Amino acid sequence: MLRFVVRRLLQLILVILALSVLLFVWLRSLPGGPVSAILGERQTSARREALEAALGLDQPIPVQYVRFLQRAVEGDFGISTKVLPGEDALVVFWSRLPATVELTVLALIIAITLGIPLGYLAARRIGSLTDTTAVIFSLVGVAVPVFFTAFLLKYFFAVEWQVLPVSGRQTTGLDATRVTGMFVLDGLLTREWDASWDALKHLILPALALATIPFSVIFRITRASVLDVLDEDYVRTAEAKGLTARVIRGRHVLRNAMLPVVTTIGLQVGGLLSGAILTETVFSYRGVGDALATSFREKDYAVLQVLILATAIIYVLVNLLVDIAYAVLDPRIRTR
Amino acid sequence: MSDPTPGSTPDTTPDTTPDTRTARATTDEPSRRPTYGQRRRERIDALALAGTVDDEPGVSLVRSAWNRLRRNPVFLLGLAITVAFVVLAIIAPWIAPWDPTARPLLDEVRPQTNPVPGPQPGHPLGGDDRGRDLLSRLIVGSRQTLVVGVCATLLGLLGGLVLGTLAGAIGGWVDSFIMRVVDVMLSFPSLLLAFTIASLARSPSQWTLIVAIAAVQVPVFARLLRGSLLALRTSDHVLAARALGVKQRAVVFRHMLPNALGPVIVQATLSLAISIIEAAALSFLGLGNPDQRQPEWGQMLGLAQRYISEAPHLAFYPAGCIIVVALGFTLMGESLREALDPKSRR
Repeated sequence: MLRFVVRRLLQLILVILALSVLLFVWLRSLPGGPVSAILGERQTSARREALEAALGLDQPIPVQYVRFLQRAVEGDFGISTKVLPGEDALVVFWSRLPATVELTVLALIIAITLGIPLGYLAARRIGSLTDTTAVIFSLVGVAVPVFFTAFLLKYFFAVEWQVLPVSGRQTTGLDATRVTGMFVLDGLLTREWDASWDALKHLILPALALATIPFSVIFRITRASVLDVLDEDYVRTAEAKGLTARVIRGRHVLRNAMLPVVTTIGLQVGGLLSGAILTETVFSYRGVGDALATSFREKDYAVLQVLILATAIIYVLVNLLVDIAYAVLDPRIRTR
Repeated sequence: MSDPTPGSTPDTTPDTTPDTRTARATTDEPSRRPTYGQRRRERIDALALAGTVDDEPGVSLVRSAWNRLRRNPVFLLGLAITVAFVVLAIIAPWIAPWDPTARPLLDEVRPQTNPVPGPQPGHPLGGDDRGRDLLSRLIVGSRQTLVVGVCATLLGLLGGLVLGTLAGAIGGWVDSFIMRVVDVMLSFPSLLLAFTIASLARSPSQWTLIVAIAAVQVPVFARLLRGSLLALRTSDHVLAARALGVKQRAVVFRHMLPNALGPVIVQATLSLAISIIEAAALSFLGLGNPDQRQPEWGQMLGLAQRYISEAPHLAFYPAGCIIVVALGFTLMGESLREALDPKSRR
C-alpha cells in the first residue's frame, strides 16, 4: 500500500512539472507576452524594460523556465490588476477558495444522496416507470447547459417567487465572524445561527444547479454497475445459499457495485470545476470560478495564471485521493 | 460537461473472440495502474473495441447494427431531431420571415420602460433588445450553431485522427509519448482547457470558439482511434495483408483506418452535442463571437442574461433549441453506441 502511494506521488510530481511547462509556454504565447501579462494596464516603457530585466527575458529559454519555476515555488505570480486590484495574485486564489469548496461539496452531497439511491432503485426495477423516468431525466440533464439550469432556478426561485436570494454569498451588512471562509461552517462554529442560515439560503440555488452535472453521471453509473453486479455468479450463489435479500443487497450487490461509482465521483471534480465557473457567474457567487471568468474577461493574467495552475493541481490531487480510496476499497488494484 | 458516454461499464468484453481479448490486453497495457482520468479512458477504450468486433459470419457489423437501430424508438427520435435540425439550418434563410439583421421593431425598443418588444402580428415571438425579429433570429441561428458544432467536431476529429493514427500505427516510443500527452489533456477540466486556449487569441471570434472546443475533443478522438487501431493490428486481415507484402502505409490507410471508423462516428455524434453545449457556455462567458449580426443560439442565450427579469423568454427560446438539438445528438449517439456494443448483441 505504501509503495502504491509513493509511486502515485512520484507520478503526481511529473504531472505537475508537465503542467508547469504548459503554463510557461502559455504565458509566453499570450498576446503581448509575459510582461504585458504581468503588468496588465499599468504598462509603461520604463516599467516594461525594468520588468524584462528582472524577469531575465534576455536569458536563454531553459534558464527562464527554471526562474519561472523558482518564482512559482515561492508563490510569486505577480499582482492582481482587476479582480482584487493591488493584491498578490495568490491571495486572490486563497480568498476565493473556501467559497468554491463550500459550493462544490454541497453540490456533490446533493448529487450523491439523490444519484446513488435512484440509480440502485432504477436497476432493481429495470424497465419500470421509475427506471424510465429517471433515465430520461438523466439524459435531459446531460443535454441542458448547466448555466441555463442556474438561470432557470434563479429566474423562478429568486426573481418570480422571491423565496431565495438572487446573488452573492451572504446578505450585505450582516455582521458575521469569519473563521474558515466557508460561511455556513463559520456560523456553526461561532454559533451565529442566523449567519449560517443566511449563507445556506444563498448557497442552495447555485449548488442545486451545479449538482445536475454529477447527478446524471452518478445515477447512470450506479444503475449500470448495479445491473452488472446483479448478473454476477456470486449473487446467484448467495441467493442459492438462502441468504436474506437484505444481506445480499447490502453485502454482495451494493458493496461491489460501489467501486466504479467511487471512481466516477472523483472524476466529477473536473466537471464540477467547469460547472462552478458557469454557476458562480450566473449567481455572482464570489468563488474561484467567478474569479476565473472575471480575470479572463478583464485580462488579469497574473490571477488567471494562478487560478489555472491551482485548479489543475487541485484536480490532480483529488484524483490521487480517489485512486488511493479505490485501492483501499478494492485490494486487487494494489497488486496490479 | 464533456462527459460523452456516462453510463457505460468499465469492461464491456465478456464474450468476445480471443482476437479482441489479446487486443484489449495491449490496449490496457500502459494504464495498468489506475491513473488520472482512467475511468474516462476506459470508457473510450471500451467504445474503441466495440466497433471492431466481428459479428456472426454472414452479417456485417453495419447491417446488424442497422437491424437493431431500425426498431429502436430512441434512435429514431434522435435521428428525427437531428435531420429536422440540419434541414432547418439549410433552408433557414428562405423560411425566416424577416432578415435576422434587420431591425423592424427598433421603434418599440425603450431602454428604460420596454427594452424588449413583445409578441405582435407579424412577429409571433416578438423582438430582441435591438428590435430584431426573434423568430427569424432563432431560425437563422440554427446555421451558425450547426457550423460551430460541425467545425469543432471535425477539427477535433482531425487532430485526434492524426495523433491516434501516429500512436496506433507506429507504436513504440511515439505511442507512449503521444498517449502521455493525451492523458494529461484528458485529465484537465474541459472548460478550463477551452478557456486557456481561447485566452491566447487577441480577440474572441467564432474561430477561437471553434478551436477551443475542438482542442477539448482531440484527446478523446486520439485515444479512441488508437484503441481501435491496436485491436486491428493483430486481426487476421491485417496480418494477411502484411504477409502479402502490402506496404505499411497501405495497410494503415486501406486496411486498418476504414475498419476503425465505426466507434469514431459514434463519438462524433456525441461530440456534436457536447460542442453545441460547450459553445453556449463559452459564449455565455463572453468568449463567443462578438459580432452580433449573424445570430447563434449560444450567443443569443449569453446576451439574454441582461434581461432575465424583464424578458426571460429571450433566454428560454434559444436555450430550448440548444437542449432539443443536443438531446437529439445524444440520443442518436447513445443508441448507436449500444448497437455497436458486443455486449448488447447477445
